[in-house]
Amino acid sequence: MQHRVTEFFVGLLFGVGLILAGMTDPSKVLGFLDLAGTWDPSLAFVMGGGILVGLGAFAMAKKRTTSFLGGAMHLPTSAVIDKRLIGGSLLFGAGWGLAGFCPGPAIVSLGAGQPKAAAFVAAMLVGMAVFEIIERKQARQSAGAH
Amino acid sequence: MTIDWNHFTPWASLAGGILLGLASALFILANGRILGISGIVGGLMGHIGRPKAGDTGWRIAFVLGMLTAPVLYLLVAGPVPATIDAGWGTVVLAGLLVGVGTRYGSGCTSGHGICGLSRLSPRSLAATLAFMGAGFAIVFVMRHVFA
Repeated sequence: MQHRVTEFFVGLLFGVGLILAGMTDPSKVLGFLDLAGTWDPSLAFVMGGGILVGLGAFAMAKKRTTSFLGGAMHLPTSAVIDKRLIGGSLLFGAGWGLAGFCPGPAIVSLGAGQPKAAAFVAAMLVGMAVFEIIERKQARQSAGAH
Repeated sequence: MTIDWNHFTPWASLAGGILLGLASALFILANGRILGISGIVGGLMGHIGRPKAGDTGWRIAFVLGMLTAPVLYLLVAGPVPATIDAGWGTVVLAGLLVGVGTRYGSGCTSGHGICGLSRLSPRSLAATLAFMGAGFAIVFVMRHVFA
């Protein structure tokens, strides 16, 4: 139960952070992505503030073998920079630039009752499900080939 | 380049960013997990028809927390500001691209952007440069080429 309370609280804290930061307002996000127009640099401060706090925390996390609540540390181990990483990130960036929503802010805006955010999140879930279907199909095919 | 001083909010954005950093710090240190929204939500989609014991509750608790944030904000400060200029078709296309792209790219603005860069991960730096670059490019094309 202690875990579920922390997870809920961290989600809440993250959501409030996104709202304060201006990330949940697509016009503000697009104002940052529009370098050639009248540019709003605010979102650089979001990233800066996040990394400022994160640097110390992740340096500490790397030295630990268990979390404060006693569970395993799930730190990513992959260091591969491949076509999947770059291609996927390019697709994501294109979608982000089209509507001004990335996953976190879209979910928060869904909670704020924005109908277009609901449409975005629904489409995003479909996109994620499509990824799972393709991955499973490929896993079956490569298993069958052996 | 002209700076948009009318909409520039350095202090609110910095404060928001610090909260995002604190949430990420708390999540990795207390729960041992990377705070990446596409991974947390995408994992739920991966469980459809193939549930993974003990891996669903934490994702749902986290998402419920996120959905509660705008309600809390509404009670304390008022409605969450949001101007969505994109049409319905664009919003749906964007959602599909973000859904597929973040799963292939193993992360989004939170997982690669904040946590990855804080971990000094070259992989996350490459991903962040790619999605920021694509975002800048698509906005340039939409606003200054086909405007």
